Amino acid sequence: MFNTITLKNSTKEGLAAFLFLMPNFLGFLFFTSLPVFASFLLAFFDWHLLDPWSKATFVGLDNFIVLLKDTFFWKYCWNTVFLMLGIPLGIFGSLLLAIVMNQKIKAIVFFRTAYFLPTICSGVAIYVLWMHIYNPDHGYFNLLINKFGELLHIPLRGPQWLTDEVWAKPALVIMGLWQTIGGPNMILYLAALQGIPKELYEAASIDGASAWQKFWAVTWPMISPTTFFIVIMGIIGGFQSGFDAAYVMTGGGPNGSTTTIMFYIYNNAFVWFKMGYAAAISWFLFLVILIFTLFNWKVGGKVVHY
Amino acid sequence: MRETTLADIKRRRQVLDTVSFFLSYAFLILGAMAMIAPFLWMLTTSLSEARDVWRTKEFWWQGWVPTKFIYQNYIEAFQVVPFAKFYLNSIFVTLCITAGTVFTSSLAGYAFARLSFPGRDKIFMLYLATLMLPGVITMIPVFILLSKLGWIDTYWAIILPGIFTAYGTFLLRQFFMSLPRALEDAAKIDGCSLFGIYFRIILPLSKPALATLTTFTFMGSWMSFMWPLIVLSSEEKYTLPIGIQYFKSLHSTDWTLLMAGSVMALFPILVVFIFTQRYFVEGIKLSGIKG
Repeated sequence: MFNTITLKNSTKEGLAAFLFLMPNFLGFLFFTSLPVFASFLLAFFDWHLLDPWSKATFVGLDNFIVLLKDTFFWKYCWNTVFLMLGIPLGIFGSLLLAIVMNQKIKAIVFFRTAYFLPTICSGVAIYVLWMHIYNPDHGYFNLLINKFGELLHIPLRGPQWLTDEVWAKPALVIMGLWQTIGGPNMILYLAALQGIPKELYEAASIDGASAWQKFWAVTWPMISPTTFFIVIMGIIGGFQSGFDAAYVMTGGGPNGSTTTIMFYIYNNAFVWFKMGYAAAISWFLFLVILIFTLFNWKVGGKVVHY
Repeated sequence: MRETTLADIKRRRQVLDTVSFFLSYAFLILGAMAMIAPFLWMLTTSLSEARDVWRTKEFWWQGWVPTKFIYQNYIEAFQVVPFAKFYLNSIFVTLCITAGTVFTSSLAGYAFARLSFPGRDKIFMLYLATLMLPGVITMIPVFILLSKLGWIDTYWAIILPGIFTAYGTFLLRQFFMSLPRALEDAAKIDGCSLFGIYFRIILPLSKPALATLTTFTFMGSWMSFMWPLIVLSSEEKYTLPIGIQYFKSLHSTDWTLLMAGSVMALFPILVVFIFTQRYFVEGIKLSGIKG
């Protein structure tokens, strides 16, 4: 009822709204929405950053056709998908951890902090630390593998990790798991678990359900919206990830085995200055993300219980 | 007979509870050790002599305990590259971005949540639509724009694109919408201006959401790597992440120095995190529910 007051002096309010919105909207215009259009146009042009505008040539769909035939690009797509293996593994780990933590645990704050530390500290310093851990000669991983072998009286030798074409990607996945298991996903799961009404478990107990049955009949459906959210965000983020760690730890190598789509866009745009081609790849990336997200919505609508 | 079976069930449940109690703690403690171990390893290496790193280790615990404590690595790291300068750069850039983001997002969030003006919902939909676009799409045109303006390799190139986020606007708008209107209406009747309502009523009521946005923005820009890497080229302007990468490229095998640098880079984050942990947890829950 009182809202009718706000309808008076609508021009004055419109002017005020304009002033409130302006600082943000100007930035939105120049650094987000106009660049989106510019990038879309750029994807149909061939233009080198150091050339004047006049040398930009309209090439139609050529950038996209070249992209589809670019064997490097497909290799980097495969790398990106391989690194996204960490997503299901991480979700499983986060859920397990949240279930264990969702009991009357003493020192819960200590545990939560300990598990959250790797997430908080992500960044270049952590990548440098993991280069040290993966070092084949004095790194801690291979030291452990050696000692383990001695224990069993077999000469075990750890792989070369970051400089081995086969092991570089798994190495990044392992580091990623360490970083994310106790992070936001775990906290979301913990909140979801705490939100499940106790009565549901009591009812299941009366019906004689085992712990395993309770999990599948009560817990899993009740937390399905959280899982859905985590999967969608994970896939959206996963396709765009992999630049920072690969740039610092492997430089995208060995032999391109850790170069992701993002890294390839970076190289095209900011190393080789092929702006049109880079814009085309970034729109292709958007298309892939869009398709996956829509697919998720469609499947998720059937599986998720609200 | 019936009572004994009940007692049996009770006893069995007690045993099960004890077993699961110990298993849970064993699991949590082992996991926590795996989480913390790399940090200890980093700290130890940063306090060791350079040759200790390469020495063959006879036992698994070697490398965890330095033979003697060498704090000189920290001093040397400061001398090799201008770490103090990188720190100041990072602090300056991060503070500007965080303050700017909270300021512009809260103003716009208020306009979207409470004021009526033509095209409001359409503009808001536009904001939402850009949330779904990968950031890299805008990166290329923004870089071109900044280079045409001659702002590449300046702090402006990092700060300006950083302070306008559709995400922050969305987050705060959602929070403002959930606030009760009664207070605002009372203030309006008392003749309070719109800015007064925003500043004296909405902002103080929104401390949790503002704190969440502040911590996320702070962390995000403190650790931001790709964009500063793209726009910065002169050493004296490097932010800390770029500085560590640069340091790494100069001294790729001085592990004690590298670890000392890493410890120094992580330390402020740890301090901030310990004081703001609550907002992180709340913020994550908030973003999860709204999403």
